[in-house]
Amino acid sequence: MEPLEEKPVIYTMENKPIVTCAGDQALFTSLYNPLALQLPREPMEWRRSYGRAPKMIHLEANFVQFKEDLLPKEGNRALLTFPFLHIYWTDCCDTEAYKASVKEDMLRWQSLLRLHGSLDWLIVVVESDSKKKNKTNILPRTSIMDKIRSDFCNKQSDRCVVLSDPLKESSRAQESWSSFLTKLRTLLLMSFTKNLGKFEDDMRTLREKRTEPGWSFCEYFMVQEELAFVFEMLQQFEDALVQYDELDALFTQYVLNFGAGDGANWLGSFCAPVRSWNGLVLRRPIDMEKREQIQGGQVSLLDLRSYLFSRQCTLLVFLQRPWEVTQRALQLLHNCVQELHLLEVSVLQGALDCWVFLSCLEVLQRIEGCCDRAQLEANCSHTVGLWAYSSEKLKSLGSLCGLMSENRPDSEDLNRTVDLLAGLGIERPETASSLQSPYKKLKEALSSVEAFEKHYLDLTHAAMEMYRAIGRMRSARLVGKSLAEFYMRKGDSRRAEGFLQDALSSYVSEGWSLPITHTRKQVAECHKLLNQTEDYLQTSALLAGDANLTDKEREHFCQEILTYASHMSDSQAKKVVLSMSAFAQLRQLQFSPAAAVVHVGAALQLELRLHSLMPVAVRLEQLAAGVHFSLEKGGARGGAGGGAQCRAGTVRFPQESPAGAQPRPRPPALELHEMHDRSPSDRTLNSAGVVCKNVHLLLRRRGSSASLDPPGHVGVAVDDGAQLLKTSEVVLSPGNNSIIFTAPSREPGTYTLRQLCATVGQVQFVLPHIYPIVQYEVYSQEPQLTIEPLADNLLAGFPQRVKFTIVTGHYSIKKGDALQLSNRDAMPILQSSTCSAYILSSTGERVGEGVLSVQSSEKVTSISLPLAPPYHTIQFQLEALCHIPPTPPRPETQRLTNGELQHWAKTRKRADSGIAAIDHKISVDCPWSIYSTLIVLTFHIPFKSKHSLLSVGKRKYIQVCVQNVSEMKFHLVEQSLAEREGTLLELQSLNAKTQQLVHSKQSLFYVWEVKWVKDLPLCLQCVFSISFSPAATEGSSYKPYRYEFQLENVSTLYSMRAEIMPAPEAQDCHTGALCVLEVCITRLAELCEAEKEDTGLTESDGLYTAKLLYEVVDNSSNWAVCGKSSGLVSMAVAASTTHSVQMEVMPLFAGNLPFPNIKLFKYLPHYATPVLQTDTDSCLEKDSVSLLDDQTADTASIRSRGSVHSLGGGEQVRGPPLPRLEPFGAGQVFNASRGRQVLVLPGKDDHVLEVNVT
Amino acid sequence: MAVCIAVIAKENYPLYIRSVPTENELKFHYTVHTSLDVVEEKISAVGKALVDQRELYLGLLYPTEDYKVYGYVTNSKVKFVIVVDSSNTSLRDNEIRSMFRKLHNSFTDVMCNPFYNPGDPIQSKAFDSMVSAMMVQAC
Repeated sequence: MEPLEEKPVIYTMENKPIVTCAGDQALFTSLYNPLALQLPREPMEWRRSYGRAPKMIHLEANFVQFKEDLLPKEGNRALLTFPFLHIYWTDCCDTEAYKASVKEDMLRWQSLLRLHGSLDWLIVVVESDSKKKNKTNILPRTSIMDKIRSDFCNKQSDRCVVLSDPLKESSRAQESWSSFLTKLRTLLLMSFTKNLGKFEDDMRTLREKRTEPGWSFCEYFMVQEELAFVFEMLQQFEDALVQYDELDALFTQYVLNFGAGDGANWLGSFCAPVRSWNGLVLRRPIDMEKREQIQGGQVSLLDLRSYLFSRQCTLLVFLQRPWEVTQRALQLLHNCVQELHLLEVSVLQGALDCWVFLSCLEVLQRIEGCCDRAQLEANCSHTVGLWAYSSEKLKSLGSLCGLMSENRPDSEDLNRTVDLLAGLGIERPETASSLQSPYKKLKEALSSVEAFEKHYLDLTHAAMEMYRAIGRMRSARLVGKSLAEFYMRKGDSRRAEGFLQDALSSYVSEGWSLPITHTRKQVAECHKLLNQTEDYLQTSALLAGDANLTDKEREHFCQEILTYASHMSDSQAKKVVLSMSAFAQLRQLQFSPAAAVVHVGAALQLELRLHSLMPVAVRLEQLAAGVHFSLEKGGARGGAGGGAQCRAGTVRFPQESPAGAQPRPRPPALELHEMHDRSPSDRTLNSAGVVCKNVHLLLRRRGSSASLDPPGHVGVAVDDGAQLLKTSEVVLSPGNNSIIFTAPSREPGTYTLRQLCATVGQVQFVLPHIYPIVQYEVYSQEPQLTIEPLADNLLAGFPQRVKFTIVTGHYSIKKGDALQLSNRDAMPILQSSTCSAYILSSTGERVGEGVLSVQSSEKVTSISLPLAPPYHTIQFQLEALCHIPPTPPRPETQRLTNGELQHWAKTRKRADSGIAAIDHKISVDCPWSIYSTLIVLTFHIPFKSKHSLLSVGKRKYIQVCVQNVSEMKFHLVEQSLAEREGTLLELQSLNAKTQQLVHSKQSLFYVWEVKWVKDLPLCLQCVFSISFSPAATEGSSYKPYRYEFQLENVSTLYSMRAEIMPAPEAQDCHTGALCVLEVCITRLAELCEAEKEDTGLTESDGLYTAKLLYEVVDNSSNWAVCGKSSGLVSMAVAASTTHSVQMEVMPLFAGNLPFPNIKLFKYLPHYATPVLQTDTDSCLEKDSVSLLDDQTADTASIRSRGSVHSLGGGEQVRGPPLPRLEPFGAGQVFNASRGRQVLVLPGKDDHVLEVNVT
Repeated sequence: MAVCIAVIAKENYPLYIRSVPTENELKFHYTVHTSLDVVEEKISAVGKALVDQRELYLGLLYPTEDYKVYGYVTNSKVKFVIVVDSSNTSLRDNEIRSMFRKLHNSFTDVMCNPFYNPGDPIQSKAFDSMVSAMMVQAC
């Protein structure tokens, strides 16, 4: 080791804490190397005061020979030169020697230490075996130690250590080494803690005095920096940085307070005018020059900041946090500029720009120096700010020094440049060799226009590239815009335009109106300089309509367009086509008439509402709308043309706010339509889907100039428009304008508005598409006649009003035109009366009234029509009468052989309502056509009739039911019933004579008794007739109604009587007890001719016997039939033949029980030929008539008997040869005991009394 | 004391922007527009790192020589930008935060107005006066 001589402390990394060595120097020298090697090998935990986190540190030390002047004098606070530990080395093992010299030496050493108040000492006793052997009088090993301990370490026994055999490779030696090193480290740390703590306390005390007058920041700065140095020395860079940050914050606070008026005297020195602006120096760890200035209190603000930052930078680089440097650098630069401003320090104009520029580059170069390229590129985001800042500063320097104008800098500019360069001083030695040093760059840039441009472009492009690389597109564009401004000043508009357009499109797409306006103005300037007329005019149009500009500016741009338009009109220069959206907006289109559907030749007006964006009124030479004509007629007839057209015939256009204040006008709504794909053969669904009909609008690329369509396309379209709506000489005043077009309607078809074109001199403003689609339709219509009932239903039988409507279409009704209605026999008769017809225009207004004359002849009714122009409507009403056909005829029977209908009138029965209807076809000859028009009128018969035959024994009654099926009320009188042959019978009326009112859906019943003299005919043909008149209209005449019907098998053949008696031994019928049912069948009539033909009879010896089947059925389950419930009876066919049958039945309930049903059938043997169908039919008829007889249930029960085939299936009888049952006609069997009841008492042994009341 | 307050829609067009003094309006528009770069950067960084921990305040977006630009983003990605003068050192982070909170509350009121069409420029008087108050005095 070499003893430390008095030389200036070099503040470098090589600094280590100082440890002094006293005693045996030779001994120490021999141990120095292993000691210096082993000391930092193991880390030691450093516990610290004030709750700071403990740290593991590797200790190193600078061992120097002990000298008295190394000890700090009173008041000297230097920490770097402070000896933290004093060690005394001895290898004395001899008591004599110890006593003789060593002890004395140690005492002197101790007293010196005590004098300087240093308590950090250690005595090391080195023992070696070799030395011991030489001595004869060897004391026990510990004795020297003990002696030293008792002499010096009366309290601190740990201040004395033994190091045994340090130079030998033995385990004992190693052990001893390690315990020694541990002790040494512990003591060193103790010393650090104690001394640094004391130092920090002192420092704090000093800081607390900062409000006292005479306090100097620079002094304090030096003290705290000392601490930072120590931390740096201990490699605690974090702590060192904290010291600088504290200083930084303290200083900042002073400046702020000063700015707020709370001045500190010492700050005055910082406010001296700035004379030097040579930027940051980061290449040296410590800028001694500046440090000395600080020490001397002669520092300027910029210098202090520079020094502070350079220290922070150094530490951050040690800490491997270079990106924090860039971030802090930007803050520092901003802050310095602000602080100088705040402190009102006088600075030469541009000097700060120089300083900032130099500093930026210095920081960047420093960072580049400690990182590789890949790292730099990955961390562009940290450095880009500095790049942009430096380019900004260079630009302002350039404009200050006249380096950016087209002309060379003048003398004033040059003077300024010289002043600025003077402030840079001379280049620092460490950068002198570098060609790219910030100093050289700035000097070069300020020296000539060309060099400036080169440097400026370099920086700007670098910044832009970096912004692009990290995705900060907006920032990149802003830099680009500033570059464009530079180019503009240099007169290079071509290059500027690209950058400006780029920026403009970004602003437009994001809708920032002020930047748009500003940038657009610059673009316009570019275009003007570049002589790009069309672009210039388009931009001017946009600017003229820009609300962000003043009226004067807008008028200027508008005038530019107008000037161009008028200047060029004489020459044959090509027309300039511009987009209309900048010039005016189409707000609304209104059709009149509103439906936008007119007939050929009609007037259709189109009102255009155009919102002019120009600041002044503009005279348009022509305003034209291109129309696309197509022949196809959409299904839109009646409705307005386009889908978006609303009912009122007004189309509103989505309003774009002026000049892109709203960035994206909302995309149009989806127009979705359902789509089905069916296979052509069987119409099954192959696929279904949804189709978007306006994909072309929705998927259009947005962003870039949507307003500018390629002019070529527009021009072609203008020429193409064969059909044009035009108006000339329109003056568009600012704001809303209303322009009226008359739309062409010469040909039928669909007209679609395609584009709008406004012409001002040589300039055309074109709106290439009109969306939503606007259409109108022109149609041509054939004349048309409709006849329809006035009411819901036409009723037959009395006059009904019928409405005639003639739509004239393209035909005009001339004088003498008439409708010819051909009547046939059953035709409704048109009442020949004079009435008037109304003539309506196509819009439904009544325009006239004409007299109508109706002339009826045998075959033809002629209606003469009033005069009417085309596309008008004639309406009139006539009365028609349809006679009710006598019987509801059956269509089947009325078919003729050739299949044609017999009558013109055709009746049909509606299944649902049961109203019979008659369809009448009328053939009308119209004047406009050679063909007849067939029109069908349907009349409904207001009544429905039913008849039935009722019998009492042999007496017969006929009942007719008339039901009013219409909605009206009717009066009915003069009912009568007549037999068609009318000879033998007398029909005695049992009905009221007065007129009767029948309401809707009501029925009236009429009954006649049939009386006859001789024989009752087998078949009765009856005619029922009645007169009716609608009750609503008083005094109207009565109209006849007839109903014809036929009755068969009228006479009664059998009478049947039943009797129920209690069992012979019982008095009464009881529930659960058997009773006797006796059925007595009596033949009432003699054999008649008709019956003979009946196959059910068997003949033997001229006597006919009929086989009858009886059946007892109890539907209400009151009775249980015991034994046979049915049986066959053979009866002789002669009057008064009686046959009686007995059966046993048991009542199931008590009370007055109705008799069970007893039914009688003809029993036909199996060989019998089937009955004719007509017969069964008539049976059916009677069946349905005699519903009241409660026989349907009986028939049904027969039918349910599987083996027996009944009436309905006549043709099936041919199959199996089974016996057949055939019911009797309604009047043929009289049930004498019908409706009778028998009293049944409850069973005797029943506990429960059941009473059944029916 | 803010010099410029802007509300920017999710699609990055301004819903509201006001600045004092008015002669520098254009410059503020450029500044606010450029700050969107940093806002987007921060949003995407937050999106990656902490999805559930939603800190709406984005902090200092970037300082310039004269101004400090602070950002805030609502959950619906509406951005608030406040520009303050660099020389105004009395404003701390907390004050900026509270300004944003106020702004957000007022903006929520605007959105709650049934007659306000989301996406339209804000024309509410209440919002305007609140912004004016923030521009005049430190909050």
